[in-house]
This record gives sequence, structure tokens and C-alpha cells, in this order.
Amino acid sequence: MTPDTKEEIRDAFRRGIAVAIAASPFAVLFGAVSIDNGLTVAEATLMSATLYAGASQLVGVELFNHHVAPWLVVLSIFAVNFRHVLYSAAIAPHIRHLTFWQKATSLFLLTDPQFAETERRADAGLRVSYIWLMVLGFSVYVPWLCLTVVGGLLGNLIGDPRAIGIDVLLPVYFMGLVMGFRSRANWLPVVLASGVGSVLAMHFVGSPWHVSLGALAGVAVAALLPLDKEDEAPVGTVAEGEA
Amino acid sequence: MENMFHMQTLLIVAAGAVATYLTRVGGYVFITRMKRIPPRAEAALNAVPAAVLTTLVAPAAITGGWDVSITMAVAFLVGLRLKLLPMLAVGWVVVMLLRRVIG
Repeated sequence: MTPDTKEEIRDAFRRGIAVAIAASPFAVLFGAVSIDNGLTVAEATLMSATLYAGASQLVGVELFNHHVAPWLVVLSIFAVNFRHVLYSAAIAPHIRHLTFWQKATSLFLLTDPQFAETERRADAGLRVSYIWLMVLGFSVYVPWLCLTVVGGLLGNLIGDPRAIGIDVLLPVYFMGLVMGFRSRANWLPVVLASGVGSVLAMHFVGSPWHVSLGALAGVAVAALLPLDKEDEAPVGTVAEGEA
Repeated sequence: MENMFHMQTLLIVAAGAVATYLTRVGGYVFITRMKRIPPRAEAALNAVPAAVLTTLVAPAAITGGWDVSITMAVAFLVGLRLKLLPMLAVGWVVVMLLRRVIG
């Protein structure tokens, strides 16, 4: 093992553990919420192992409880994870030197923090090697699995989620994610369109459909609004959104 | 085995896993074959996460009861300043206070 490789492993592990600590409440939360929504500990763990995408796992589990059509659950998971398309497109130049199987395996571990750390390393002019990607990924993946089991076992002990207040954690968590995107172009009109759209769809159409119909409203607004040119200020978007 | 896994859940998880993996390799495959994404399509894609996640927040905040509505409002204000984890902690404290002390 060269000193360079050792340094890569150490860097990836250190960063991965930091991410794992930050993500740990969500792994426990996912485990607990899964049990609350009728999944078994084994099913929750399998979901963590194969999807390995926190937000979409929570969305999927939330929909299980609403007795939503299976294809709609899968479509919702796909929709929430759609951002990964942009991530893998963005990191393409940094991982082009990898072999086919190296790309195929390291992309399985592509999450929001994995993406952010990869971009940061490439920005710093450092090489994004296969070993670095895999150590970073697995030092998040393994704790994620273990804490899902812990959360699931705790969830079995918890009776009524309202009594200990975990029922609000999910909507607050999603709101936090939505707010995290607030520097993006047309964020306010998109959020308002999706918010109003989903509440109206919930009222007039019914539970599972508010997700796709509301999301469609937001995406349509983004596609139709004036495009955000770099050399001109984004005029009028806020006024339109609040009208 | 029967108690640990349900057939329908397994199928949904398997399909969800395949769909997720496709999003993880899709962008790479797409971008290495294509030169340029149409700007409006890019704007639409860019809005996908906020648009989808908002639909999981708004109905809960509005129809989930007064305690949930107040909690979401407080968490929103906290979220303007703090990160996700403190926001969750504050949300949890607020809803517990509302339910134990007032409700």
C-alpha cells in the first residue's frame, strides 16, 4: 500500500464517519417509522441495504401506510431519488478514469453527502480514486444499516408515536430538506405551487395522488417560468409566486 | 421467513432499489452520451426535489391539527437559521410541550 493510498483511506474514513454521525438520527428514525408503518425490522433493514437513500426510504415507508398502489410507491421513490441523475451527471468528469465495474459499484453508494464530498475533493484538485469512493461510501453505509436495526428494535417498543412526538419528525425533516434547496432558481414559486397543489389534490382527489399532482404543479411552474440567465437578475419570480 | 418478510413489500423494495440505482447511474450514462440539456428541461429537473418534498410537508402542516401546524411554523423559523438536526430537535421539543403542557 503506497502512502498516497493510506492517506486516501484515512481521509475517506474520517469524512465518512462524520457523515454517518450526522445521518444517524435519520437511520434510527427510519427504523422506528418503518415499524410504526407496518414493516418488519428485516424489511426496514433490507430497504436500507438496497435503496440506501434516506429521504426516499422515508417517503416510501410513509406511503406504505396509506395503502397506496405499489407502482405509485415505486414511482414516488424514483421521483424523490431523481436528483441522483443530476449528481451522477455532475461527477462524471471525476470518475471517468474508473473501470466499468468500479463505476457500477461506486455509483451504488452515491448519496447527497457522497456527491458533496466527491465534488469537494475534485475542486481541491485531488484525485477521486476507487478506494477513496468505496471507503467513504462504506463508512456511511455500514452505520446506516446498523442504526436502521437499532431504530427498528426501538420502534417495536414504542406504542403510540404521537405520545412521544415522533409523528412530527417526518414532516419537519422534509421541510428542512425543502428549505435546504432555497437558493435554487424559482424555489419559492415551485414550493408554493407544490404546496397549494398538494393540499388541493389531497382535498379533491385523495391521499396518494396529492404527491404526484402537487409535484407536477411545482415542476410545471419551474419549466414555464422565465429562465434564470446568469447576466440578468431573476425578475418577477417572487411577485408571481406570491400573487 | 413469512413473519420477517411480506411478498408485496419485498417486490416494492426490490423495484424501488432498481429505480434508485437507475437514477444513480442514469445521469452518468446520459451526460457522457449527450452534449447539452435543454434549459427548460434542466429548470424542471432542478425543481424536482423541492416540488416532491413539499407535497409531503404542506398537507401535514395544514390538516395535521393545531399542534402540528404550530410546530411546523416554529420549525420553519428555526430552519431559516439552523441546520436540519437542530431544527428536528426544536420541532420535537415544541410538539411535546404543546401536547404535555397545553394539550
